[in-house]
Amino acid sequence: MTTTTQDPALAAGAATAVSRRVTLPPMTPKLAAGLLLGGAITLFGLLGPLFVGNPSTVNNIGLSGPGNGFILGTTQTGQDVFAQLAYATRGSLTIGLIVGVLTLFLSAFFGIVGAYAGGWLDESFSLFSNVMLVIPGLPLIIIISSYVPDKSILLVALVLAITGWAGSARVLRGFTLSLRNRDYVAAARVSGEKPWRVLGVEILPNLIPLLASQAVFAVIFAILGEAGLSFLGLGASGSFTWGTMLYYAQNGLALRLGAWWWFVPPGLLIALFGAALSLINFSIDEIINPKLRNQTRATRKKWNLSKSQLKQVVKEDEL
Amino acid sequence: MSVLEVKNLVKQYRMRDGWKGRTLTAVKDVSFTIESGRTVALVGQSGSGKSTLAKLLMQLETPTSGVIELDGKPVVRRGAGLRQYRSDVQMVFQDPFASLNPYHTIAHHLARPLILHGKAKGRDEIDAGVARLLERVRLEPDMANRRPHELSGGQRQRIAIARALAPEPKILVADEPVSMLDVSIRLGVLNLLADLQREENLGVFYITHDLATARHFSDDILVMFTGEIVERGPADDVILNPQHEYTRLLAEAAPNPEKRISA
Amino acid sequence: MTISEETQARADRATTARAHPVLTVDDFSVEYRGERVVQAVRNVSLELGRGEILGLAGESGCGKSTLAYGINRLLKPPAMITSGGAHFHSREGYSIDLGELHGEDLRAFRWDKISMVFQGAMNSLNPVINIRAQLEDIFTTHRPEMSKKERREKCAELLERVGVDRSRLLSYPHELSGGMRQRVMIAMAMALDPQIMIMDEPTTALDVVVQREILREITRLRAELGFAVIFITHDLPLLLEISDRIAIMREGEIVELRDAVDLYTDPQHPYTKKLLASFPSLTGARGSFVRGHAQDRNEEVS
Repeated sequence: MTTTTQDPALAAGAATAVSRRVTLPPMTPKLAAGLLLGGAITLFGLLGPLFVGNPSTVNNIGLSGPGNGFILGTTQTGQDVFAQLAYATRGSLTIGLIVGVLTLFLSAFFGIVGAYAGGWLDESFSLFSNVMLVIPGLPLIIIISSYVPDKSILLVALVLAITGWAGSARVLRGFTLSLRNRDYVAAARVSGEKPWRVLGVEILPNLIPLLASQAVFAVIFAILGEAGLSFLGLGASGSFTWGTMLYYAQNGLALRLGAWWWFVPPGLLIALFGAALSLINFSIDEIINPKLRNQTRATRKKWNLSKSQLKQVVKEDEL
Repeated sequence: MSVLEVKNLVKQYRMRDGWKGRTLTAVKDVSFTIESGRTVALVGQSGSGKSTLAKLLMQLETPTSGVIELDGKPVVRRGAGLRQYRSDVQMVFQDPFASLNPYHTIAHHLARPLILHGKAKGRDEIDAGVARLLERVRLEPDMANRRPHELSGGQRQRIAIARALAPEPKILVADEPVSMLDVSIRLGVLNLLADLQREENLGVFYITHDLATARHFSDDILVMFTGEIVERGPADDVILNPQHEYTRLLAEAAPNPEKRISA
Repeated sequence: MTISEETQARADRATTARAHPVLTVDDFSVEYRGERVVQAVRNVSLELGRGEILGLAGESGCGKSTLAYGINRLLKPPAMITSGGAHFHSREGYSIDLGELHGEDLRAFRWDKISMVFQGAMNSLNPVINIRAQLEDIFTTHRPEMSKKERREKCAELLERVGVDRSRLLSYPHELSGGMRQRVMIAMAMALDPQIMIMDEPTTALDVVVQREILREITRLRAELGFAVIFITHDLPLLLEISDRIAIMREGEIVELRDAVDLYTDPQHPYTKKLLASFPSLTGARGSFVRGHAQDRNEEVS
């Protein structure tokens, strides 16, 4: 056994002073790709508008391809597509952020607090979540749209958040219910902790990976949802988002006219950003479920097996 | 000298079964006493109600009827009274892997009860308190900054014992404290409990399914079967001269290598 | 059987083990590959006699389950058999190298000659299919020539053989108690009259009373049908009661392998002594252990 060289109280002191490290996902190629891609697009959205021209200025050129000083060409009304793309990225990311945060708070409140409290509060919150889940989102949005013809980005974000939080709440509720029955929660109660502290200090930290995953999910949902809404003309038509760009491209018959520079960039960015977020989510999933870590080809490489051994392993796997 | 008295404790659960409900009686009219300086073992198989009884003793559930009295005073279920009860009656849980929060350090687990029960205030006192607790369970003080997953099962269970000792309780309920530990470590932990009991003059309530360790470590044994105490008495009497049929069944069923070599 | 008759029977079985074993394991090693290579089983050699009950005792992580899975070719990567092999010697006279079985041969061999009752077996029953269907499944796979009537009759017989009334045939797993489900698992393992049954902690999750009943069934069936059993558990007193020989495993190696009573009365290896000293005696003098003194009390922090 090791002998103590330090004063015991000092050692313990160092221990309590150490900040609680949140488990970060291990850096894998998947995670790196996701972070890089997502980071690049986010940077573009943040800084892009500072460097491009005015996206709304109408020019006489009309619909034209890349060239003539326009990196991505112009729209039907001669507007700079690249500039629009920069502002659209910012717009979509803003919606993603607002929806992500709102969904997080709504689902956390109705999911976690309800499940922890138990009894009639749990029943009523759960009922409310289920009702919100079942209410069809699209018709609701159409109704809201018909009352408010000129929607701001904030309103669209709000609508998306309101129709999207319920699924997350169910997931969080389920997990909280299982955590609530863990021995360490009972132990905290037996130690004399007050209920709020038990929820905040014992249960919540173990929910962080799940919350992160749900938040990322919400952002993906928001961006895709906004794209869909805008494409139908129900979005924030006055602002620039990837969705509204697609809407105007559709209206300007871009596909028919072969103006790929107008609709491909926003569509591509939607796909790429969604992919980046999904990659990040997979990595978070690996924290929640360590079993997933062993399934990839990369892990198999680590076994250092010869080719024939590996073949036999794969064959036996199928037996 | 403290006494925890349980009188006619009953716990029923209402089970929903379609439209009608059923009542499940987990604990039926149970009475016993736990005193400072003595170990009482509760022996029962799974489904006997012993886990429910533990939860009732720890106020994690409220009894349907019956009384729990600590030092002659009936137990209070909320507020300062509950806080005082928790400071006097503590528990060691069965599963060393589940009873520690994987997110927090060992220091957090030990510091919280110290703070909650006013045993330490301010950084220095808390650190000293944590170090003292670790020493009492014969662990190194540098273990304080580790997290549960870095420790072995035996170490975790010792931490669980340390946590239970933090409020300086008079009564300790040990719910199957070693059944999830490796065989060669079990006795070490049980011996630690026995030593601590002597040193602190604790009243220990040792819940287990294992007759052999119950006999080895306790003064008295209570045998529980489907919610009722079917036999009670000094440890040797109950094991070697069982009166109730169920106790006889248990004693005969327990693995006993002596059978093979004695005529 | 009296004590002396039993001792004689045990000695006979031990002699047979050496002369005509039903299973030989030679220099068996298993590794778990990964970031670190872990040696789960190290050069294990043993012989199993016909009709013998061999107890395999050890604590968690000692490799006993890995050994059993390895013999049965059930190991999945990253576990790899890195040396040695196992040979099965049928009572019909031929021998099979278990490492050389592949594909169809392996499928046919499994359950027919060696069967296994897994840890947590009670939860291995399919919850949506009744018991009879699950038992029949074995026969349709391995004895396709049986008629439906024969199959049904065999299933009923099997169930009664393990002490479950045939009226439970059409029950679903959740309608049976834990003990009954375990008996069904044993019945399934016995279905094809295997020569070896490997049982991995078959009674760990059960009530001690139910455990006693299951053990009685196993010893009775062994006497009736003559199969050999490898009984894996950490519960040494249990093994001391029912095994012919016991192998103590630690960190992948067998540290002691002897007749059960000899191991109990005269343990050689320090680890064996330590294990024996971990189990308090139920009926002996109070404060003494199964074997060992109070002074040997292990104070080491682990």
